[in-house]
This record gives sequence, C-alpha cells and structure tokens, in this order.
Amino acid sequence: MSWVVRAAYGVWQFVVGDDPWTALGVAVALGVTALIAGADAPAWWVMPLAVLVLLGLSLRRAAR
Amino acid sequence: MSGQEIGLAVSVFLACAVEAVEALTIVLAVGVTRSWRSALLGVGAATLVLAVIVAALGPALTALPINVLRVVVGGLLLVFGLQWLRKAILRYAGLKALHDEDKAFASETDAARAAGSAGAGFDGYSFTIAFKGVLLEGLEVAFIVLTFGASQHNVGLAAVAAAVAIAVVVAAGVLVRAPLARVPENTLKFFVGVMLTSFGMFWGAEGAGASWPGGDAALLVIIPGVALASLGMLRWLRRAPTARQAVGEPA
Repeated sequence: MSWVVRAAYGVWQFVVGDDPWTALGVAVALGVTALIAGADAPAWWVMPLAVLVLLGLSLRRAAR
Repeated sequence: MSGQEIGLAVSVFLACAVEAVEALTIVLAVGVTRSWRSALLGVGAATLVLAVIVAALGPALTALPINVLRVVVGGLLLVFGLQWLRKAILRYAGLKALHDEDKAFASETDAARAAGSAGAGFDGYSFTIAFKGVLLEGLEVAFIVLTFGASQHNVGLAAVAAAVAIAVVVAAGVLVRAPLARVPENTLKFFVGVMLTSFGMFWGAEGAGASWPGGDAALLVIIPGVALASLGMLRWLRRAPTARQAVGEPA
C-alpha cells in the first residue's frame, strides 16, 4: 500500500470513523437543507431531524 | 465574550482535557519505566508537528468564504460530534468498555518493560511511543481547535482554551505523578459530543442557507435539546436486552 493510500485511509478513519452511514447522512441532510433554503422555504428543521434519526440509527446498528 | 465564544472555549477546553489525560497516561508510562528525557523529547516533537499543522491550516481555513467554511466545518463537526456522542452513550449503556486510565497505564508500562532495557542515552522506544501518543491524541484537539476557531474567526481563543486545558492536565499529572484515573472521561466526552453536534448542526444549516429562528439564541434550545435527546436514547438503550453485554475496545 503506497503512503498516499495509507494517508487517505488514515484521514478517512479519523474523520468518518467506523460509521460511514452517519457521515453520508450528514452530507445528504446538508444537501437537503441547501435545496429547501434555495427555494426560500424554512429549512432550519432539517438538521435537528437528521441528527435525531442518524444518532438513533447509529446506536441501533451498534447495539445489534 | 459572546455566547458562541463561551461555547467555543468550553468545548475546546473539555475536548482538549480529555485527550490530554489519555496522552499523559502514555507519556507517564514510558517516562516512569524507561526514560523521561526521551519521552519528553517525543512530547516536544509531537507538539511542534501539531503547532505546524494548526499554523498552516488555520489561516487557510479562515480565508474561505464564511458560508463555505460553515457548511464544511459544520458537517465535519457534526460527523465528529456524533461519533463522540455515540461512543459515550454506548459506554454509559454498557455496550462498550469504559476507558480505564489505570488499565491503560498498566498495559503501557508492561509493553515498555517488555521492549528491553533503556540505555543511558537517547531511548528510541520512549521517544516514539510518547511522540505517537501525543500526536494522535493531539490531532483530534487540533481538528477541534481549527474547525471551531475558524468558524468563529477566532482560532486564537480556541488555541488559548486548548493550551489552558493542557496546562491544567499536565499540572495535575505532575502533582499526583500517576494517571488521572478519577477524571470522568465519559461524562466529558458526552458533553463534548453534545457541543460538537449542536454547533455542527447550527453552523452547517446556516452555511447551507437556512436561518435559525431567533438567530444565535437558537443555540440555547439546540444544546439542551441534543443533550435531552441523547439521554433519551441512552435510556432506550439501557432497557434493550443487549445492554448488559460490554463489547468493543475503548478508544
């Protein structure tokens, strides 16, 4: 494994950790917020809802 | 000092204190069993590398447009915060082993003794273990200092909070000359997880174009809201039948 791949893997592990679904969910939630805000509609509620769902799902996966 | 600045300082202080306790355990173990001089050289070298990372990335981050910065930093803080929160909740629920500084210290000292005797001069083992320990624990702190500091355009305040936390932990370590096993690490991690998640959510949504009702005052609802929701999930997990099995390694 080259040092570039190792470094990229290290950064991935550091930021994303062992739960990539949560990281993906955060990215999707930010995208949805941007889309709704872009349409001039209230979008503040998306992130709290996303956090509740993502944390709950992440804990459920870990508890299984 | 504004509410956001207080939140920044408290979050960075606590996150840094937790990581400093873990790094202190590693440095104490190699210092006590092998060579203080080489271990402290390792600490110095790692601190230098961390300072270079903060100095290089700090100005680059603060130069980004505020909305781009907030959406990127908010997203990263949120991912990071949810990881801390998840681990803290799993530990409280008994689904993950608690981090035990006494056990970590014993394991590090055993490994240091097994590595053979240290010579009179420079001890490469002590240097490397201390360097790696401080660098790895410090990277999380540097990340939090940079992201929190850059979002508030106040990397200086974040760096001061981190420096104070390190000074407090090192002073306590020097006084007791033992790992700081009584520090409630999981409680601190839970609190830091709540703060990172709350600020990440707040800045991420703002960066993506949303406006919070009440502006900055929304944080006064978001932070307790995240804490309450997390405690609710902890309660739910404790009732689950799997909660009685401790699994996983402390991280």
